Amino acid sequence: MMFFCPPRTISFFSYISDEFYQSFVKDDRYLYIVDGLWNTLLITVFAVLIGIVLGTLVSLIKVAHSENPGRYRFLNAVATLYLTVIRGTPVVVQLMIMYYIILSGTEVSDIMTAILAFGINSGAYVAEIIRGGILSVDRGQTEAGRSLGLSQRKTMAKIVFPQALKNILPAIGNEFITLLKDTSIAGYIGIQDLTKGGDIIRSQTYSPFTPLLATAAVYLVIVIGLAALLGKLERRLRRSDYR
Amino acid sequence: MITVKNLHKSFHTQTGNVEVLKGIDQEIEKGEKVVVVGPSGSGKSTFLRCLNLLEQPTEGEVWFQGKQINAPGCDVDLLRRKIGMVFQHFNLFPHLTVQQNVTLAPVSLKLKTQEEADEQALLLLRRIGLTDKADSYPAQLSGGQKQRIAIIRALAMEPDVMLFDEPTSALDPEMVDEVLEVMKELAEDGMTMIVVTHEMAFAREVATRVIFMDDGAIQEEAEPDEFFDHPKNQHLTDFLSKVL
Repeated sequence: MMFFCPPRTISFFSYISDEFYQSFVKDDRYLYIVDGLWNTLLITVFAVLIGIVLGTLVSLIKVAHSENPGRYRFLNAVATLYLTVIRGTPVVVQLMIMYYIILSGTEVSDIMTAILAFGINSGAYVAEIIRGGILSVDRGQTEAGRSLGLSQRKTMAKIVFPQALKNILPAIGNEFITLLKDTSIAGYIGIQDLTKGGDIIRSQTYSPFTPLLATAAVYLVIVIGLAALLGKLERRLRRSDYR
Repeated sequence: MITVKNLHKSFHTQTGNVEVLKGIDQEIEKGEKVVVVGPSGSGKSTFLRCLNLLEQPTEGEVWFQGKQINAPGCDVDLLRRKIGMVFQHFNLFPHLTVQQNVTLAPVSLKLKTQEEADEQALLLLRRIGLTDKADSYPAQLSGGQKQRIAIIRALAMEPDVMLFDEPTSALDPEMVDEVLEVMKELAEDGMTMIVVTHEMAFAREVATRVIFMDDGAIQEEAEPDEFFDHPKNQHLTDFLSKVL
């Protein structure tokens, strides 16, 4: 069959294989992608964890304050300041402030710096998502819990929060996907993440096409996987809705 | 058992303060079945919700079993364990099965082990004829079934008094009776009950005392026969002529 193929196609395929060789095989350049991916995942996973913890804490403070002003006034002021500053400034600026100002001259590693910056950034968004989720749970649920003698804390933990979680899962998933892609600016503080790795290959081969598309494809595959995972979790949490 | 002295409740709204309860005095003894009736907006639900402090009274005292429940420093959670409440909209926990709804409070308050609570839940479910629904979720139940579950969920805490806040108002007509039936049985067992309702037949049959509330105050109270057959207050006469 090869005889009938136009010559241009043959040269196209040989061009592709040469591109592939230059971009990934020569000098083990694929390691830029693999190592970069590892750093990207490392930063994302731990930033997500920090974001969840911080976001939950801040949302609980805000909800507790709205139910019981006065008692949580100071904590609420801190939480509000945090939300305002973090949501009011670009994440890349926050990352650089963390690197060049707050943690400059310390022993904290670059990766750790990025984890902290992205975690603190994500926490603000997660906090508002969770707060929205908590407010979306009918007041009667809290009243039913309290009328049974459960404390405010137990009512939140056993009744309101589990229901809120179900409502916020799509938004939280969205936030994690955004966070994963936001880490592509880690190169600003010299971290070789996935994006930086692809960019280094580009700068060595002077051919942007293959490494950058490959980088994009890796992000895409992770996001698709993540979305599928979240979808599964969501269906599981929705079990109680089925009739 | 429950004593209410000079109870006032105001709500802050954009147009100013609205006084919903204008000084209520009540003494409810153990074993009494008090039914509260009155037009909507008369404050009867607010009155009921003040008894377990779901609403914080603006003024006055609420006493339960010798303790002032609305005094600062009073452990309200502890007293609420002994005051069961049933809501108009059931407020079952939708993320838990029926059995988990019933066992959640006794187990998380460490009053019972999970096994003890499960056993008790099955007994309670048998009492209302819903053992087969133990593993169902609330979304799979009819309104009447939900409300019966809500009643035994409150009973699982072994309360000394039960508050009912219009328990049949959100039900389809054909389901009202199955809920009232459970409430009647409860009354026969000697439970102290305070019921806000529009079911006049239930009031006449079960109540030991009927209270008529209007405009944030108790306008008349009497035993059911006297209450329905010889109303003295003009507003009550008007009200009864509309609902009977």
